[in-house]
Amino acid sequence: MSETQEKMETPILGHQAPDFEAQTTQGTLRLSDYKGTWLILFSHPADFTPVCTTEFMAFAEIYEDLKKRNTELLGLSVDSVSSHIAWVRNVEEKMGVKIPFPIIADLNKDVAKKYGMIHPQQSKTETVRCVFIIDPESKIRAMLYYPLSTGRNMQEILRLIDALQTTDKYKVATPANWKPGDAVVVPAPTTIDQLEERLKEQGYECKDWYLCKKKLPES
Amino acid sequence: MPCISADGKPTATGIATLKSLKDGPLTPEEVAGKTGQPLFKVRSGLRELKSAGFVEEASEKFTLSKTGNDAIQ
Repeated sequence: MSETQEKMETPILGHQAPDFEAQTTQGTLRLSDYKGTWLILFSHPADFTPVCTTEFMAFAEIYEDLKKRNTELLGLSVDSVSSHIAWVRNVEEKMGVKIPFPIIADLNKDVAKKYGMIHPQQSKTETVRCVFIIDPESKIRAMLYYPLSTGRNMQEILRLIDALQTTDKYKVATPANWKPGDAVVVPAPTTIDQLEERLKEQGYECKDWYLCKKKLPES
Repeated sequence: MPCISADGKPTATGIATLKSLKDGPLTPEEVAGKTGQPLFKVRSGLRELKSAGFVEEASEKFTLSKTGNDAIQ
């Protein structure tokens, strides 16, 4: 087993996100600086590479939509701050897209190891395309892992934030392919009394007693 | 660094943060509200300004130090 594999940690959904202090393109940041806001911590393999450049432009495109959802973006790769700065300037000059969010320069891989971002079968040195959605209490709420060859889908990331925030607000679940405005899934009854009550109540669309949906007030 | 330049002086962002404190102690959330900066940047910036001696912290609120007050005169 290589040294990288031995020391790599595996984040768990619902656990506190590992704390860190890191150099970024916007100064020294700690995970705790994001307390009270949702955070999308994401890694990319390397600066000045084509798929990563398309992803960064796409992340920049949804940045304002994320801010409306009280959500910040924080990128990461094992490149230096100087490399990050040169790359984002290049993206702005050549592609006309300003990168408004900070990027961690994780040269010693401290953060990458804490979050299990290096998958040796993909690359022994570069971080794969990870996405960690961290809630305002610093808990890991969702994780996505994409291989080096596949760029991420920003609409899915927005949808995931919407789904998590809707779940928290209304104590419901979201069905497959859910998007804001669609009916949500209500938890199945756990007692006969709850079941009988549910069947008498208005506003549910039930396929059977355990699969009921309802529209949310604001949708 | 967003709030302190290489020569140890406050940057434009640092000055804006210091000015937000001129009427009295504020929490990072209140500074973010007054300056329009994202909360994570305010927390990071206040940490830098504190380390450089421009602000002091007590009971989770930040206030201008004498050096900080001099910097915005």
